[in-house]
Amino acid sequence: MTDWIDIGTLADIPQRGARTVQIAGEKEIAVFRTGDDHVFALVNECPHKKGPLSQGIVHGHSVACPLHNWNIALKTGEAQGNDEGCTPTIEVKQEGGRILIARLASLKAAA
Amino acid sequence: MAAFFFFWSQGMDFQNNGPETANEEDIFVPSEDVREHLVVVGNGMAGCRAVEELLARDKDRYRVTIFGAEPYVNYNRIMLSPVLAGEKSFDDIIINSRDWYSENNIELIAGDPVTAMDRAAKTVTSHSGRTVGYDKLLIATGSDPFIIPVPGKDLPGVISFRDMKDVDTMLEAANNGGSAVVIGGGLLGLEAAHGLTLRGMKVTVIHLMDTLMERQLDEAAGWLLKSALEGRGQTILTGANTEAIYGDGKVEGVRLKDGTEIPANLVVMAVGIRPSTALAREAGLEVNRGIKVDDHMVTSDPDVLAVGECVEHDGNVYGLVAPLWEMCRSLADGLTDQHTGYKGSVTSTKLKVAGLDVFSAGDFSGGEGCEDIVLRDASRGVYKRVIVKDDKIVGAVLYGDTVDGGWYFDMLKREEDVADIRDLLIFGQAYAALGASGGGALDPKAAVAALSDDAEICGCNGVSKGQVVACIEKGACSLDAVRATCKASASCGSCTGLVENLLAVVLGDDVQSGPKTMCKCTSFTHDDVRREIVAQNMRSIPEVMQLLHWSTPDGCSSCRPALNYYLLCALPGEYQDDQQSRFVNERMHANIQKDGTYSVVPRMWGGLTNPRELRAIADVVEKYDAPMVKVTGGQRLDIFGIRKEDLPAVWADLNAAGMVSGHAYGKSLRTVKTCVGSEWCRFGTQDSTGLGVKIERMTWGSWMPHKFKIAVSGCPRNCAEATIKDFGVVCVDSGYELHVGGNGGIHVRATDLLCKVATEQEAMDYCAAFTQLYREEARYLERTAPWIERVGVDYIKQRIVEDEAGREALRSRFLYSQSFSQEDPWAQRAAGADSELHQPLEPPMPFGAIAAE
Ligand code: SRM
Ligand SMILES: Cc1cc2nc3c(=O)[nH]c(=O)nc-3n(C[C@H](O)[C@H](O)[C@H](O)COP(=O)(O)OP(=O)(O)OC[C@H]3O[C@@H](n4cnc5c(N)ncnc54)[C@H](O)[C@@H]3O)c2cc1C
Ligand code: SF4
Ligand code: FES
Repeated sequence: MTDWIDIGTLADIPQRGARTVQIAGEKEIAVFRTGDDHVFALVNECPHKKGPLSQGIVHGHSVACPLHNWNIALKTGEAQGNDEGCTPTIEVKQEGGRILIARLASLKAAA
Repeated sequence: MAAFFFFWSQGMDFQNNGPETANEEDIFVPSEDVREHLVVVGNGMAGCRAVEELLARDKDRYRVTIFGAEPYVNYNRIMLSPVLAGEKSFDDIIINSRDWYSENNIELIAGDPVTAMDRAAKTVTSHSGRTVGYDKLLIATGSDPFIIPVPGKDLPGVISFRDMKDVDTMLEAANNGGSAVVIGGGLLGLEAAHGLTLRGMKVTVIHLMDTLMERQLDEAAGWLLKSALEGRGQTILTGANTEAIYGDGKVEGVRLKDGTEIPANLVVMAVGIRPSTALAREAGLEVNRGIKVDDHMVTSDPDVLAVGECVEHDGNVYGLVAPLWEMCRSLADGLTDQHTGYKGSVTSTKLKVAGLDVFSAGDFSGGEGCEDIVLRDASRGVYKRVIVKDDKIVGAVLYGDTVDGGWYFDMLKREEDVADIRDLLIFGQAYAALGASGGGALDPKAAVAALSDDAEICGCNGVSKGQVVACIEKGACSLDAVRATCKASASCGSCTGLVENLLAVVLGDDVQSGPKTMCKCTSFTHDDVRREIVAQNMRSIPEVMQLLHWSTPDGCSSCRPALNYYLLCALPGEYQDDQQSRFVNERMHANIQKDGTYSVVPRMWGGLTNPRELRAIADVVEKYDAPMVKVTGGQRLDIFGIRKEDLPAVWADLNAAGMVSGHAYGKSLRTVKTCVGSEWCRFGTQDSTGLGVKIERMTWGSWMPHKFKIAVSGCPRNCAEATIKDFGVVCVDSGYELHVGGNGGIHVRATDLLCKVATEQEAMDYCAAFTQLYREEARYLERTAPWIERVGVDYIKQRIVEDEAGREALRSRFLYSQSFSQEDPWAQRAAGADSELHQPLEPPMPFGAIAAE
């Protein structure tokens, strides 16, 4: 059974942007909102050199890492094009205008 | 037959006078010689070379006595490797035979180490009890091998690799076959391992680091070397930590920290060396890591000199022969009253293993301002990396093809400017010489065409020549198209030249005609898009994308920032800025660092500051625990390591002291560098500082196609370096010379002279007009230098100098645009704007509580 954590509303995240969520002692999570209002959550670390993906430019369902411009697919966390690597993703759902992310246990399983 | 030895970069001219060793009977009886007595402790490479140099200058000045711990004449230590490998005999590597000592009246006391020195009495005493007086003493005791303090280090069969005795021990062990472990995968260890392998032993190399020869090689070259040595039958364990050497009465094997046991009947420790300083230390000479010497190799006692690996000069200790040749020259000069002085050495190493060459020189750690030029040719097993900083070579690592090592090293030492040959540099001297000879003898295309298909073109994205060619053949007929499809040259861009040459090779003339589209999201070029934005009065990115049929939903990270800029420039005040289309630095108004923190650079108008600002900066550094604060190349201070959450508070503090954003992060006006000028400088012709401040007040905050730098110098001495800025003013008696299109970055370009004007006001007006022309006509991410090369300086002159009305119109458009942009972004943020960009989301319930339920 998945436990869900309420992290805020869609409006809290800028369109084509991201916010971070910090959980004590755990890796920072980046929660993205795309141009078409989908929401994705990933560990806030680029598979390349750990660039903070939350600070990148969001385009389509991808984000360009701010450090060296790798493109990461928001849905799978995978680097696109010729780059290889994968950032762990976290399950997200929207319910009644609120955004819920899966609790940590499932992140650990994904990682 | 495999040869394995090191070639030092500086050619060595060893004399080889045939087989000879010294023995105890040869001891010389003191003569009635009344000359000053020079006593040398150490009959090694430096000690003897020093004497040679001295004799070459004045062969009669000193009476010379040399003590040597080893029972031999002077031999070439570095050739012990070929002796071990069976390439040479001991006799082959003798540098000075006994004849040399006797011909020059040198007394050699070999096999009898000096055990004490008495500086007051000016004598030294040897192990056998002999005491000799000196006028000048030269210590050349070399180094002692470093023995790692593990259990079992003293067992018989555990040795180091330093002298002929060690080689004899190894040869004896090898005669009995079996296995050897070499601890240390540096130069020395690999030589030992190679020699022992050739002598028929089964060899394992244990190396603590992950990369072999990590002090000389980068990861890529180290990996190639490791694979090659493994191919030769050696076992190489990197990242391996020795715990103990075990054995009952003699060595039986080595145990690693992870529990692995490697049986061995010989263990060679080659983990490093320590300057041999015991004698000097006991005699009370100043000793740090090595015996401290001045530029003339004189120790803290004016009558005692030291040279070679045992010394420390200017904080440096050397472990190679090249520096000691240089030291010996200065020493001999000093002893014969010429005093040239040693200035330290730059070293290079070249390792030669049959069939594979490794060369390394200088600093290859990279870092701020360093640019890597890399060439990989997998099918030939070649890896070349040249590290360039400020147009000078600062390091080189070559693997597989080292013919150009000497050439690179030579330029490195001479700090030669390589800007002109940069594009050909990596192909080596032959190509670069042809290319730079001006005769146009060689086309860089030929060099690219000659590369194999496996050769790596783009180091950032690991794209080979074959992949680029395939992508061009499939229809990518422009640089942008290649970037969009196979990613070559899409990251740092340093291989752009290579890709362009490949396009030319594959497509011939078709390459120019291929449209350079803005990016893969559109078939329009930058210029098309810009023209349409103006013509159709577009105001937002979605509008542009809709009207121009963008092929992606919301563009990509390369077109979005460009579109945002084009809109901003076309309709200031009316367009909708899209924060999310700005690169992180412009969005956060600070520079992102590799660890995700930010650096903050407040504006210092014209480079001027005052106690209040300095105090505020100091306070910020302390209050937010900034790990570093540094003076930038743009005459202001950079505060590093600020967390994004703290940025608004930092800015508030800086604002309170009257400072605003320095836009060190933006495609925008950066700095206006000034010099002292007429107010203080004895050469200043005009108030360059004051003019710089005025120009900065006028231009700050303006967004540009790329960054834009200005400088004002007070006279043609040009201390503000105005002639490598985007816009530079050089003051002269009769007015102001205006220069444009300079660049001090990747490709240095000196400015073109635009014109000369008589008054400050004109200088400001022309500056505003030029800036606006650049803003309106250059493509996004095109700096003034390439822009001017593209459109020609005559075009700029025609628009700015000749067309007065046009100039005035440009100027007023610039000032109009500035009326919207000169609002300090920091103040807005400090007051709370866009706070979500700095604060993480706060889940309503604490995580801990939920997770614990
Ligand atoms: C801080 C500073 C180095 C310093 O400590 O001195 C600096 C730091 C950076 N420079 Fe620079 N440059 C700095 C002066 C220069 C200078 C010297 C100057 O301005 O007089 C040059 C050569 C002059 C020129 O630009 O013509 C310079 C040429 C570059 C280039 C090459 C530009 C080119 O057109 O070739 C880049 C790369 C780029 O912009 O694409 C670059 C890029 C960078 C970046 C932004 C790299 C990056 O993208 O992260 C560095 C940001 C570091 C940071 O996080 O803070 N920096 N950089 C200097 C800031 C000056 C300031 O006060 O604003
Ligand atoms: C196997 C091997 C390979 C090498 N390969 C290279 C290479 O490829 N390139 C390179 O640049 N360098 C190489 N080196 C390093 C190079 O040999 C040294 O840098 C050089 O020999 C240093 O010269 P030195 O005179 O300072 O010391 P040494 O040549 O060691 O001479 C010091 C001498 O002083 C003697 N001595 C010490 N104490 C006393 C005392 N109290 N009384 C009397 N005598 C004493 C020692 O026995 C020794 O003979 C190599 C070294 C080794 C061991
Ligand atoms: S450029 Fe001229 S005026 Fe300015 S500091 Fe240098 S010498 Fe003085
Ligand atoms: S860290 Fe993300 S691209 Fe390098």
